[in-house]
Amino acid sequence: MQQIINFLIRNKNNILFLLLLSVSLFLTIQSHSYQKSKFISSANFVSGGIYSWTSNINTYFNLEEYNLRLLEENQRLRTRLATYEDSLEIKDFTDTSSYEGSYIFRASEVINNNYAKVDNYLTLKSGSREGIERDMGVVTSKGIVGIVENVSPNYSTVISILNSNSRINAQLKKSNHFGTLVWNGEDPNVVQLIDVPAIAPVTKGDTIITGGRSLIFPKGIPIGDIIDYELDQSESYYTINIGLFNDMTNLGYVYIIENTAQEEIKELQNITKDE
Amino acid sequence: MNNVVLSNTFRFFFLILLQVLLLNNINFMGYINPYLYILFILLYPFNGNQTLLLILSFFLGLGVDLFEDSGGINAAACVVIAYIRPVVLRFSFGVSYDYQTIKFSSTPIGSRISYVAILVFIHHFVLFLLEFFNFAHFLLLLKKTLFSGIFTLILIFLTLALFNRRSR
Repeated sequence: MQQIINFLIRNKNNILFLLLLSVSLFLTIQSHSYQKSKFISSANFVSGGIYSWTSNINTYFNLEEYNLRLLEENQRLRTRLATYEDSLEIKDFTDTSSYEGSYIFRASEVINNNYAKVDNYLTLKSGSREGIERDMGVVTSKGIVGIVENVSPNYSTVISILNSNSRINAQLKKSNHFGTLVWNGEDPNVVQLIDVPAIAPVTKGDTIITGGRSLIFPKGIPIGDIIDYELDQSESYYTINIGLFNDMTNLGYVYIIENTAQEEIKELQNITKDE
Repeated sequence: MNNVVLSNTFRFFFLILLQVLLLNNINFMGYINPYLYILFILLYPFNGNQTLLLILSFFLGLGVDLFEDSGGINAAACVVIAYIRPVVLRFSFGVSYDYQTIKFSSTPIGSRISYVAILVFIHHFVLFLLEFFNFAHFLLLLKKTLFSGIFTLILIFLTLALFNRRSR
């Protein structure tokens, strides 16, 4: 017994080193596995508070640009509203109150944004008190941003589309061929759409939108346009480089999308699986 | 003694805040960021308690990870350089380290550069290795280690030149 204690005291630094290293490696490995709540995330009282304090100062410098974006969005929505009102008079009325999948949009502010790493996250200034939950989609007026991952009472972290763990269903706008949106970690303005069948009509400049297959994003949110594409070795799937509409390096205010039908659909799918 | 504890405590918190609020947002040429916060480990008293340094390094890295949402990559890299620091000290400063009488500001410039450079590059290599988490982008990893390392080195020596004027 005495010898064991002596051994421990003599090697306390080595043992402590191994212990601390394995704790940090555990945290690292955990951060690389998607769909797990993390112990260490910036959606906490301390870092959230400090980030929101600094972003209070930073937003002033970008106010003009944010105003322009809002004007642009208002203009686009007003145009759509006008055409919609026109069409109402001609066509029969369709009841949209029971429209499949109703979505609630909530505005929020980005208080921290990464884009230079391989796995990037954002921190938002709203949390469970505002009704934010895990797995809600995050978009701006121009395109998608990411998916909510961790939520605290006042803050939440978002797994950005610029993250090697991010997998989002996306499709071509002109046909319904879909693939998976991933990022190779290189250019923060370019993401990749993989597993698009070779039969799909792919041309440069085509628009890519979100597909309706995930329960997170509604169908038709713009993502970007095709820069270039190539067939894989088996010549059956395309890998497409997409230039993002969104400037991921300059995000100010975002919308968080809640799909109110998500619970119901998941429940239904679970029942079907069990049977 | 009290003064040393106080200045190290201040340095610990100041460097974390400087790192996460300012230096992580530089993104020079798209991806190059300096990691100045390891200055805490470099400047930790040479005759200080090694066990305490290991624990402090872990929390230093964890503090940065907390803000960066990066799991434990900074904590791991910090613990590694804190662990090998005595070896590098002996390598760079030779016998004088064994007598434990030297102060960082009074060491020859050549050995000071080798001491800082070795620890900075090891820290950056471990950091980026864990960030990429695979060997597929090995060239990009080396490129990032080299460029970020040079950036960090320049900043460290600028900081030292700024704040050590008084003691010389």
